[in-house]
Amino acid sequence: MNAFDDMLAALSSIYADAAILAAPRTAHVVADGHTVLSRRAAPGVELKVVESPEGLVMELVVAEGARIENPIHSCIGFLRPRAVQRLKIRVRIEPGACATVLAHCLFPNAEAGQHVMDAAIEIGSGAELKYSEGHYHGELGGMEVRPKLSVWIRPGGKYFSDFSLTTGRVGRLAIAQRVEVACDAVAEITARVFARGSDEVRIQDELVLAGRASRGLIKTRVALADDARAAVVGITHGNAEGARGHMDCLELIRDRAAARAEPIVAVSHPLAKVTHEAAVGTVDQEQLETLRAHGLSPEQAIDVIVTGILR
Amino acid sequence: MSLLEIVQLVFRANGRAILDGVDLDVAAGEIHALLGANGAGKTTVARIVMGCSGYAPTAGSVRLEGRDLAGLPMHERARLGITMAWQEPARFEGLPVNEYLSLGCRSPDPAGCLRLVGLAPEAYLERVLDKKLSGGERKRIELASVVALKPRLAILDEPAAGIDVPSMEEIEQLILALKREGSAVLLITHVEPVAKIADRASCLCGGRITFTGDPATAAERYRSRHCVTCDGVACAE
Repeated sequence: MNAFDDMLAALSSIYADAAILAAPRTAHVVADGHTVLSRRAAPGVELKVVESPEGLVMELVVAEGARIENPIHSCIGFLRPRAVQRLKIRVRIEPGACATVLAHCLFPNAEAGQHVMDAAIEIGSGAELKYSEGHYHGELGGMEVRPKLSVWIRPGGKYFSDFSLTTGRVGRLAIAQRVEVACDAVAEITARVFARGSDEVRIQDELVLAGRASRGLIKTRVALADDARAAVVGITHGNAEGARGHMDCLELIRDRAAARAEPIVAVSHPLAKVTHEAAVGTVDQEQLETLRAHGLSPEQAIDVIVTGILR
Repeated sequence: MSLLEIVQLVFRANGRAILDGVDLDVAAGEIHALLGANGAGKTTVARIVMGCSGYAPTAGSVRLEGRDLAGLPMHERARLGITMAWQEPARFEGLPVNEYLSLGCRSPDPAGCLRLVGLAPEAYLERVLDKKLSGGERKRIELASVVALKPRLAILDEPAAGIDVPSMEEIEQLILALKREGSAVLLITHVEPVAKIADRASCLCGGRITFTGDPATAAERYRSRHCVTCDGVACAE
């Protein structure tokens, strides 16, 4: 098998949908380290990738008014046990356009690897982007992953992002995302992570509700086992009339794991409102007992609860 | 032999006797209503029988077909055939109804159990048991899950709570369906009309069983509100 087949095999083993990349109207990019293995644009989707030893530079543009039916796939990672991958990504969803991006970040054999991403995303007026990023870091806990995203949502735009790392080990993860939301625009940011062993997780999401009637939600679900550590910082600024924000953080811990949640609310307009809820602790006793009354052992019941919150 | 036998059950919490010598038995296939005012200790009886955390009896015994359940963990009790529908059903983020019904399911048709509680399976199986479902809907799903478990003893804690009055008959039909399927039911309620479908009923007051017999008499005693203020003393006389 060549590197492309290996990458697709890794994708199939985690997501079981690699065949979708072969569809003719599906834009995609597949890269191993700093080498592009496959790339395809599609009507309404411009996709450029520049290779260099320092990293990959990707630019994705969805044309004004284009409604892209098939999700755009990005399958990026590396198959070697030790490697560094640097990505610079620029995404522009032009006014009135609508697209879904499914990013698969795969490091199935990582013993000591690093993945650093710097993304800038602009969502034009009335445009919509659904961005789903799924990670698999293998079973050894040797990855360090640092995604940094800056997102601007123009008036009436919509942005829905969903980061998930729920299979295998995490290693060290540090997400930093800042989203600026203009008037009548919407942002919903979700992150789901299951960390175990000596994994370390840091998630910092910041929402700036800058425009009138802008709305935003930060939702974080983290489950921790063994000696894993997590710190979740959610920051929401309510800076305009009618801005509405909410932060919802749930961290479940077991064994010797430890977690921290820091919701920060900053409101500078009297007609803006930002709320938050954060819960850190072990699984809910009522849930546990309900499942045990079905004959599930405590361990089985916890698995059901954790699987649910990470969906 | 009774299916469930509770003998001289005492439960104290924070220096106060919640249960003070409860004797109660439930026969196989019987619907046995346990009537009592708010705070009488009905749910405490249920939690002790189910083996909930923090509800080990201070004294007395709970037996299932003669087997003492002391020290047996909750899930082991469930595997022996005891289950419980809670007064306030838990919410589960991300858990669809069809998966919930499949947990421990012994019924060949778990979806059909939803019909028994007046819910259309096609409208509910894919929904998630979270806060988007109303309390009444979650209550019905909880009761459907009890039917799917085909228990030997189903403890139903206030099954009518949160159910609208026109739907009350569906809940009664569900309880009768459990009996038809061979389950015994310990029906805990403070709403005495619900108890009318029981084979027998007991009144709990002041931490003791003050009456066991036909449901109509139990309901009459309960309706008189006599025992609400007597702390069980007058009822026990």
